[in-house]
Amino acid sequence: MDQVHKKQLEINAAKVRLGIIEGVYGAKCGHPGGSLSICDTLTYLYFNRMNIDPENPSMPDRDRLVLSKGHTAPALYSVLANRGFFPVEDLKTLRHIDSYLQGHPVLGKIPGVDMSTGSLGQGISAACGMALSGKLDNDIYRVYAVLGDGELEEGLVWEAAMLAAHYQLDNLVAVVDNNGLQIDGKISEVMSPYPIDEKFKAFGWHVIVIDGHDFDAIEKAFNEAETVANQPTAIILKTTKGKGVSYMENQVGWHGKAPNEEEYNTAIAELKAKLDELTK
Amino acid sequence: MGKDRYYRIMDKKATRDSYGEALVMLAEKRPDLIVLDADLAAATKTGIYKKAYPDRFFDCGIAEADMMGVAAGIATTGKLVFASSFAMFAAGRAFEIVRNSICYPHLNVKIGATHAGISVGEDGASHQCNEDIALMRVLPGMTVINPADDVETKAAVLAMADYVGPTYMRFGRLAIPTFNDPKTYKFELGKGIELRSGNDIAIIATGLMVNEAIEAGKILAEQGINARVINIHTIKPIDRDIIIRAAKETGKIITVEEHSVIGGLGSAVSEVVTETVSVPVIKIGVQDKFGHSGPAVPLLKEFGLCADNIVKVTKEALGK
Repeated sequence: MDQVHKKQLEINAAKVRLGIIEGVYGAKCGHPGGSLSICDTLTYLYFNRMNIDPENPSMPDRDRLVLSKGHTAPALYSVLANRGFFPVEDLKTLRHIDSYLQGHPVLGKIPGVDMSTGSLGQGISAACGMALSGKLDNDIYRVYAVLGDGELEEGLVWEAAMLAAHYQLDNLVAVVDNNGLQIDGKISEVMSPYPIDEKFKAFGWHVIVIDGHDFDAIEKAFNEAETVANQPTAIILKTTKGKGVSYMENQVGWHGKAPNEEEYNTAIAELKAKLDELTK
Repeated sequence: MGKDRYYRIMDKKATRDSYGEALVMLAEKRPDLIVLDADLAAATKTGIYKKAYPDRFFDCGIAEADMMGVAAGIATTGKLVFASSFAMFAAGRAFEIVRNSICYPHLNVKIGATHAGISVGEDGASHQCNEDIALMRVLPGMTVINPADDVETKAAVLAMADYVGPTYMRFGRLAIPTFNDPKTYKFELGKGIELRSGNDIAIIATGLMVNEAIEAGKILAEQGINARVINIHTIKPIDRDIIIRAAKETGKIITVEEHSVIGGLGSAVSEVVTETVSVPVIKIGVQDKFGHSGPAVPLLKEFGLCADNIVKVTKEALGK
C-alpha cells in the first residue's frame, strides 16, 4: 500500500473512531471497546475494498458485510456514515427512542446494513447463506463476516464453519477480532477458544493471522484471501480492545459502557489530536 | 340437517409427502427456488425435490440452527428458500435463529416442518413436537400454516411461495385421507373453511384433526346434533370473522388440534372470542404433557385426538 492511501486510511479510521465515541456518548451506553478494536479493518473494507455504492445500498451485486459481533454496531454505523450512507451527525442519536440507529444492526432500516445481528453466532451463519447464493450467481460478490473472539464460544459458529468449508465458499471471508477480552474477563479465562487458527484450519479454512491495526498487513491479507480457491478464508486479527483511546485500551470494563463527560472529553481530545497530526 | 361440503377419495397420503411433491411442482415455475434440509431429506420428503433438482438442494447436515441462518442469508439475496426439518428441531432447536435472523428482518424464508405432533408415533416424546404452533405463532410477522390433507398442502405450498414474508408450515408423518376436491379447492391465506353447516355447536379444527372433526360431524348428525365444522389451515393470521360468526351463531366452540392446548389453535380461537363474543371454548388437544412411543393411530386415540372423543366432548358440552 502506498503512503498516500495509507495516510488517507489512517485519517478515515480516526474519523470513524470519533464517530464511535460520539455514538456511545450520545447513547449513554453501548460497546466502545470492541468497536475500537475492529475499527481499522472495517474502515479498510468499506473505504478500500468492498464493491459498494452509498447511493445504492442494496445493489444486487454489492459485496456484503455481516457484523456477526453485532454489539459493535457503533463501529459499523460510524464507518457507514463516514462512507456516505447516512449523515455523520445522526451517529449522536444511536440507541435513542426516535432513532433508526438501533442498539444492534437491523437489515432494512439502516442504509448499508446487510443483515440484522446481535445474537452472537448467527451472523456468520447468514453470511454462509449469502455466499452460497452468490455461488449460484457466478460469484458476482464477496461476503465478509466479522466475528468477535468471545463469539467463537457459540456452537453455531462452528456449524457454519463446517458448512462454509463443505460447500467450498471461497467467496466468504470470516474476520475474527481477537482482542482477547469478553464481558466477564479474558477469553482465555472465561472459556478459551484458543487455538483459533488451528481450529479454523481443522475445519478446512485457509487461515491468515495478522496485526489488526496494520493497514499494510490488512490489505495483504484480503489480497491473499481473494486468491484462495475452493475454501473459505479466516483472517484472525490480533487487536487491542479500546484501540485509540488511551484509558480504554485493554480494559475489560470498557466492553459495554459509555464514557462520562470528562472521559468523553479526554477521548475526543486524543482522537482529534491524532487526526490533526495526520492532516497537518 | 347439516350438510357436508367435502369431497372424499380413497387414497391416504401424509402431508409430508404432499409437501415434497409440491416442491417439485413449484420448482418448475420458480427457477430461484432453493431447498435446504438438515439430514432428514428422506423423512421430510424434500428428498423428492433433491432427486429432481440436485443443484438447487443443499444439505446443511445435522445443524438446524445453522440451516435457519443460511436460509436467512439466502433470502437476503432475493431467492425463494425453503428450509426443512422435523417440527421439533425447526421450531424448537432453531427457535432463536428463526426469531432473530428470519423474523426480525422479516425475511422471505419458508420453513417446512414435518413430523409435527404425537402422530410421529414410535420415536416417542423427544420427537413429538406439540409446542411448535405456540412457538411460531408468537413471533412478530410470522405466518403459520397447518394444512389438513394432500390437496390443501399442495395448494398452500404453492400459494405461500408467492407470499413474501416468513412462513412456518406444519406437516405430518401419518398418512391421512384426502377430503378436499383438487378440482375446486382454493387456498386463501387467513381464510377458514366451513366444511359442514350447523348451529348447535362449532367444531374448529386444524391439520390432521380436520378429518376427525368431519367424521365427528357425521356421527353427531346421525344423533340429531348439527355441528358446524370449520377447518382453520392458517393459524396466523387467524380468520377472526369465521370464528366470531361461529361464536354468535352457535354459542359454543370446541377446538381440536394435534398440539398442546396451551398456545395453539385453541388459544388463538380463545383470544378472538374473549375479545368479541364471549362464549365457552373447549379445547381438545394434548393436555400439558409429553407423549410416548407407540403406533400413531392408537396414540391419537389415547390422547383424545379422534372423532369418537370429539363426539363425546361435544355431547358433554351440550349436556346430552
